[in-house]
Amino acid sequence: MIPEPVRALLFYLCAGLALAGGCWVAFARNIVHSAFALLATFAGVAGLYAFLSADFLAVVQLMIYVGGVLVLILFALMLTSRIEEARVSNPTIGLVPGAVVLIAVSALLVYACVKEFGGTTDLPPGEPTTAGIGDALLSRYVLPFEVISVLLLAVLLGAVTIAGGRLRKPAPGGKPGKERP
Amino acid sequence: MSIGLGHFVAVSALLFSLGLFCLITRRNAVAILMGIELILNAALLNLAAFSRYLHGQPDGQIFAVFGIVLAAAEAVVALAIVLQLYRAFRTVDTAETTELKG
Repeated sequence: MIPEPVRALLFYLCAGLALAGGCWVAFARNIVHSAFALLATFAGVAGLYAFLSADFLAVVQLMIYVGGVLVLILFALMLTSRIEEARVSNPTIGLVPGAVVLIAVSALLVYACVKEFGGTTDLPPGEPTTAGIGDALLSRYVLPFEVISVLLLAVLLGAVTIAGGRLRKPAPGGKPGKERP
Repeated sequence: MSIGLGHFVAVSALLFSLGLFCLITRRNAVAILMGIELILNAALLNLAAFSRYLHGQPDGQIFAVFGIVLAAAEAVVALAIVLQLYRAFRTVDTAETTELKG
């Protein structure tokens, strides 16, 4: 059993990592810095999942977000942006309205949730939930599970269709070649 | 000080606000996508926290797993569209790709 102050310290470490990463994503002037700060956010949120006894979610978060989405974002970044110039790479627009919205929304939401949920106390560490999630996915939630696998197939085909270069029609006598963009 | 549900929801609210700020102010399409990822992470953190503190069953975590899958699918399709955008316009600045406005 981890003592209470250490638990609190761990929570504030994970939350601080996530929020510092989020701030860096939102305010960085170089877009590559934004992308790498996203790594800190994902890792911090994974730590918070582990804090919530959601061990399966923590691992899935690391594998899919850090291993998949972030690598994909970096690839897209390298392919599309002129990343060597900070001013070109991550331009911003409407900073003042954005800041107003940021302050207003965060103040309102934090006030509301502290007022509503501030009284709940800490729970003892729960059991691992991986087995329960597996059982539920193949019994109660089997229909969404199958539907989402079809969705993944559709996404796979759609991404290849949208991003892939079109094959040119074979010219008479010529070899079919890939169209250069 | 004991860590309660309010702490998790507050962190998630702050993450959501930062993502919203990113969404409003960025002009690079990939940066806008990063803002969307922040917002999705905030929402999924909320699901897991409520399922732990108020419900006691792992149903919220299952919803979060589905949400993660949907977020990954969304990111893949969005980045494919960004690549095509770059091929068509040679830029991914959303202030310059305004062909449809005429």
